[in-house]
Parts: sequence; structure tokens; C-alpha cells
Amino acid sequence: MALIETHNLSKQYRTADKAPTLAGTIRHFLRRRYRTVEAVKDVSFSIERGEMVGFLGPNGAGKTTCLKMLTGLICPTSGTASVAGHTPFRREHPFLRQITLVMGQKQQLIWDLPPADSFRINAAVYELSDDVLKTRVGELAEMLSLSTQLSQPVRKLSLGERMKAELLAALLHRPDVLFLDEPTLGLDVNAQAAVREFLRDYNRRFGATVLLTSHYMADITALCQRILLIHKGQVIYDGALDRIVQRFAPYREVKIELANVEGQADFTRYGEVLAQDGRVVTLMIQRRNLTETVATLMRELELADLTITDPPVEQIIGRIFTKGNAA
Amino acid sequence: MHGEHYVPEPMPSLNGSRYAVAWRRFWLSSLAAEAEYRLNFILATTNSLLALAGSIFGLHLFFRTGYRLGGWSWEEALLVMGVFTLLDGFASALLNPNLNRIVSHIRDGTMDFILLKPMDSQFWVSARHFSLWGVPNVLFGLITLGYAGKKLGFGWTEWAQGSLPVALAVLILYSLWFALAATSVWFVKIYNVTFVLRSFLEAGRFPISAFPQPSRFFFTFILPVAFLTTVPAESMLGRTGAGNVAWAGVTAILLLLLSRWFWRFSLRFYTSASS
Repeated sequence: MALIETHNLSKQYRTADKAPTLAGTIRHFLRRRYRTVEAVKDVSFSIERGEMVGFLGPNGAGKTTCLKMLTGLICPTSGTASVAGHTPFRREHPFLRQITLVMGQKQQLIWDLPPADSFRINAAVYELSDDVLKTRVGELAEMLSLSTQLSQPVRKLSLGERMKAELLAALLHRPDVLFLDEPTLGLDVNAQAAVREFLRDYNRRFGATVLLTSHYMADITALCQRILLIHKGQVIYDGALDRIVQRFAPYREVKIELANVEGQADFTRYGEVLAQDGRVVTLMIQRRNLTETVATLMRELELADLTITDPPVEQIIGRIFTKGNAA
Repeated sequence: MHGEHYVPEPMPSLNGSRYAVAWRRFWLSSLAAEAEYRLNFILATTNSLLALAGSIFGLHLFFRTGYRLGGWSWEEALLVMGVFTLLDGFASALLNPNLNRIVSHIRDGTMDFILLKPMDSQFWVSARHFSLWGVPNVLFGLITLGYAGKKLGFGWTEWAQGSLPVALAVLILYSLWFALAATSVWFVKIYNVTFVLRSFLEAGRFPISAFPQPSRFFFTFILPVAFLTTVPAESMLGRTGAGNVAWAGVTAILLLLLSRWFWRFSLRFYTSASS
């Protein structure tokens, strides 16, 4: 049986709108008008033990809401979810001992004390003896390259160091299932890479299942073999990252370098012009017309160079989200 | 705001030692956090000492006149005052620092971390912090009680008679405060509500019989202030039967259960601040 399974998981919120004017404020106070927002709609998927799956979607797509339902923080409006054989919203202690949630913008570490003090509290909660605590902190600190930072007050740490310490605190009880909500948010490139490296390492070493949300494509491409593309509350793609190109991008990028600048033609005849910079023109051409178009290009234009590539995944996904529909 | 499928948080199988260890570490870390700001520490100590001196002065004024309050002699009324000060210290040391934080946990969404710990969430939000600044009032309350008791010639029996009602008073105060703080799930800015509660509890400084009849009714049955200070003092004085203490016990247990039920009920509506 899959470790994480959802069936038609849905969540609706009731929210009130307010106009920015004084009249709007008064109306908002006296007669609030609510409307129902479908944050997550009929989401079904299943994840096997040890998988690393990326939840990808623009802000407000429903990624965090999904994660909150899977950790049991909020109750689904309809549908079911099961994580490690438990119904998350019951928040049974045996379930909570198996999971962890790391959020890029919320922190559990005590602000004024060194991370080590927060670790001791978590150790008490999860019943870890001092020896086990010491071993695990040592091991994780090494994987995260943390050392002296653990005895400095959290408020004095850099954002990257703080995130690493947050990860350490969240993983002390060695959970089987990791839910990570934007774990690299706001980090610089090096810190992002370090966090990614750590997560990959952790997954390999302990066979943990990881479900990760991010709007940084690089997080997902670096870590996840499988992605769940979520848009307007619905999963529009579930599968391998590399297959997404075939599924959503029935086109290729053709980059041509003209032999000379003069005599430039109207390139839109051949396909969508993505970029034009002097003698270099990048075209997007439907896959089914590819051979034919390339032949035409070579016949009609004087070319110095021609390359054909798959468009970058970021671009494909960006197009899917702006177009706003599944293929 | 959807609680249709709510399944209650299971009762914790209270593993004594785990909660005890956690509790000790909670308090040690909050003391350490206060000690982190050394200047603040010194200022707060000074502040507490000054407040203590002020209370002693107030009490001194109390002593100078020969007025009887609601049929209570000065020493007897001092017992009420002593219990009140003790409870006030308890509130400053534990209720205020913990329960006022529920608001920020809800506003900032950090309640998520508490709800995801395999530990009773009510225990966590109630016991997580400890403020040193309630300790002077606890001591002062005990000193006041000791002084009044000595004047009244109390022996072990009187103190023993008083200790159960005092413990019940602590429970009642906690439950009331906690239930009010739990409403912050809906109202978020609850700080004012606990402030209002605190002002009402000020009535507990004086014996309940010092108030006019309608207020007595209010402070006994609506907001059980009478059980907080007057009943413990009366028990020490041997003026109240087992009946009143039993009532205090029933009130305490009911309120505690109510606060527990109410906490779980309110968590159904916790939506967790979005990110």
C-alpha cells in the first residue's frame, strides 16, 4: 500500500472581500460578504515509501493547503487522505511521531536561545535520551555543516544557518515522512544548494519519503524524479519530470544563426519568435512540423548555424501556468 | 472554517516522565531566554522590587485605620488579600506568559508546530513558559498569609483546611483564563478580553461579603471569584462547611473539563495562517 494516498481531496475556504476605501471598511465590518474559494479540488495521488515528490505550482495554487491537509493541520472539506496508515486530521501521536513539517517562513526554534536549547525540548517531546540526542545532532550537524552556530542565539544566525538549524530540529525524531513547504525560500544560491544537497542525502541515507513544495524550479529539478503540477487547486500533471516535456511541449526550440544581417526575413512564417538578437534568432516550432520547417529554413535562408533543443522545463511549466489549462 | 469531519485530538496517554522532562526543559529554557537580555533582567528585578515595596506600603495604609470590612477583621481580610496576591503571582508567572502567546501562535501560524508535536497541545500552550516576575507576588502572598495566620493563631489544621481550596482556586483561575484565551482562534486580538477578566478578578482582593448582594451573586455564580479567594480564607478560618469546598471542587472540575472541551472545539476552526 502506498505511504501517502489521497482520494478527491478538496478544501474550500470562506473568505470575505474588502474594498480599500473607508466605505469598504465599514461595509466589511457591518455586512461582510463571503464567497467560497476552492483552494484544492479533487486531488488524488499516491506516493510510495522513499519517493521524493515535488509539488510545483504558482503562489496560491493550493500546494500549502494540500500539505496542511496531509499533515493534519486542517480538515479536508471532502475526500480522504491517508499518510502512513493514519488519517492525518486525527493527529494521533503515533502518526505525529512519523512525520515532520518544515516551513520556509515559520520557525519553531526559540529566537533568543541557541538552537541546541530547542533541540533539547524536542528531544523531551519525542523521548530521546541524551545520548541519542547527542548522536543525532552530531550526525545531522555534520550533514548540514553546522557546528559553532548551534551554540549561538538563533537571532544571530544568518537565514541560511537558521534554516539548516530548523531542519535539524525538525528531523531529530527521524521521521519517515518529510513535508517541506518552500524550504529554500529567501535563501541565497549557495544556501539553497546546501539545503537541497542535504535533503537528497537524508532521503538516501534514511529512506525517508519527501514531499516538497517550491516555486523554485531548481529545487524540484535537483531533487525530485516525480512532480505533481498543481494549478488552481487541481493536479494537472503527475509524473516524471522529463516526461513533462513530451506531454506539455509538443514543440522544440530552433536556434538559427544567419550568415549575414542583411536580408532578414519575416521569421513568424516559420514559427513563434522567442528571441531575436542580431543574427541569432530563436524560434519555437511545433514538433510535427519540425523536419519540414527546418528544411524550409535551410532552403530559404543562408544559415551559419542551426541547433534544435527541448525548451527548458521552467519555460514549459511557465507556459502551462499562464495558459492556465492542462493539455 | 470547516469542522464537519472533525475527529477529536485523542486523549494523551499521559506518560508522566515524558511530560515532566518536557516541563522542566520548558521552564529552564524560558528562564534562559529571559536571562539572555541581562539589562532587561536587572530592570525587571528592580521593577518587581519596587512593586513589592508599593504593595507593602498599601498594606500599611490598610492597617492604620480600624475599619471592619464586610464583617471581617483586618487579619481575616488579610488572608483574602494574601490568597489574592498568591493567585496574582501565579497568573503573572504562568497564565499571562503562556496564554497570551496563544494569540501570536494563531496570528503567525506557529501553532502548526505545536499541533504537530506528539504531545497534548493544551499542556504545551499552558506550560511552555514561565515568568520569573510572578515569583515576588507568590512570595508576598505567602508572607501575607503567614503573617495573618500567625496573628490569628493558626496551627497545622487551619493551613491544611486552606490548602485544598487554594489548589481549587488555582484550577478555577486557570480554566477561566484558558477558555478565554482559546477564543483567540476566532477573535485573534483577545488580549483585551483577558485584561477585562483580570480587572474583574481584582474583586477577589476583598471578602465577597464586602460587596452588595447583586455583585455577590455575580462573583459567585457568573464569575466564580468567591471561590478564588473568599472560600479559601473562610476554610482556613473554619467558617465554611465542607459544602462550600465541595462546590468549589465541582466548579473547578467542571471548568477544567469545559476548558478542555472548548480548546478542542476551537481547534476545529483553526485554519493556520497562510504562507
